[in-house]
Amino acid sequence: MPVFYGTEIESPLMLGTAGYPSPKVLADAFARSGAEIATVSLRREAGGGQDFWSLIQSLGVRLLPNTAGCHGAREAVTTAQMAREVFGTDWIKLEVIGHTDTLQPDVFGLLEAARILAAEGFKVFPYCTEDLTVCERLLDAGCHVLMPWGAPIGSGLGLNNPHGLRALRAAFPDVPLVVDAGIGLPSHAAAAMEMGYDAVLLNSAVARAGDPAAMAAAMSDAIRAGRAAYLADPMERTDMAIPSTPVIGRAFL
Amino acid sequence: MRITINGTAREVAARTLAEALSEADLTGRIATALNGTFVPAALRETTPIHDGDAIEALAPMQGG
Repeated sequence: MPVFYGTEIESPLMLGTAGYPSPKVLADAFARSGAEIATVSLRREAGGGQDFWSLIQSLGVRLLPNTAGCHGAREAVTTAQMAREVFGTDWIKLEVIGHTDTLQPDVFGLLEAARILAAEGFKVFPYCTEDLTVCERLLDAGCHVLMPWGAPIGSGLGLNNPHGLRALRAAFPDVPLVVDAGIGLPSHAAAAMEMGYDAVLLNSAVARAGDPAAMAAAMSDAIRAGRAAYLADPMERTDMAIPSTPVIGRAFL
Repeated sequence: MRITINGTAREVAARTLAEALSEADLTGRIATALNGTFVPAALRETTPIHDGDAIEALAPMQGG
């Protein structure tokens, strides 16, 4: 089970709170998911913030505030500081967006913000790419968790670069790794866990499903299966067939 | 004086950040920034505001 900054978490599923048809559906989805970590954000107070605060408190989960929508290091740092006060946690999902269409991280701004926030005592969960050099720099900056994207946020495309994600897992065997963003189906989540990823963070795949609570349950099952498969040490792949039925003793007919 | 709160310009009598929030009925669980810099809750009452200042008051919201 994943350990983030010294905190052991039972469930490898981290679930977002955005885009559900109603607060009740959100609560049902969380109940079925078994998720212990919920991502949340900060927006201009327009009347709904206090109700949402009551709702997320009733979920009984640990909160991971994000800096979604920030396009520069300074903006992200200020948002993180505000989130720490509002949500009462020094955990921060650090997003610095570099590109509007793909919501690809601005890895340069990300690194700059991560360095500042780590020095201020934040426990930074950086939303990053699977680039080995960027990830190494983030670790040097004080991050003890890495959250590479599977695919663009909200796309549901799955794991766009499985080879890169596998290489990242191999490069940092002792660092908690979370696939964050792009998951659309339980099979995508299972694939990440089969690679040895410690957790999966998703939102739209559940919130935008026809039946979010049922999809949350399906994700939970897939993630559990993927983790069990990783621990069971999967067979090696080959390009050619290897007969599974014994060849010796075959009849000549 | 004229300031901006959450992107909306308004005329206020307030002299401090805390008074400006109160005038705008911004209460509850919020975090504040003045001209892009975070101001902790404990400092709102002693933080003066000036003409042209921009205040952001943010609340918990859904997020992914």
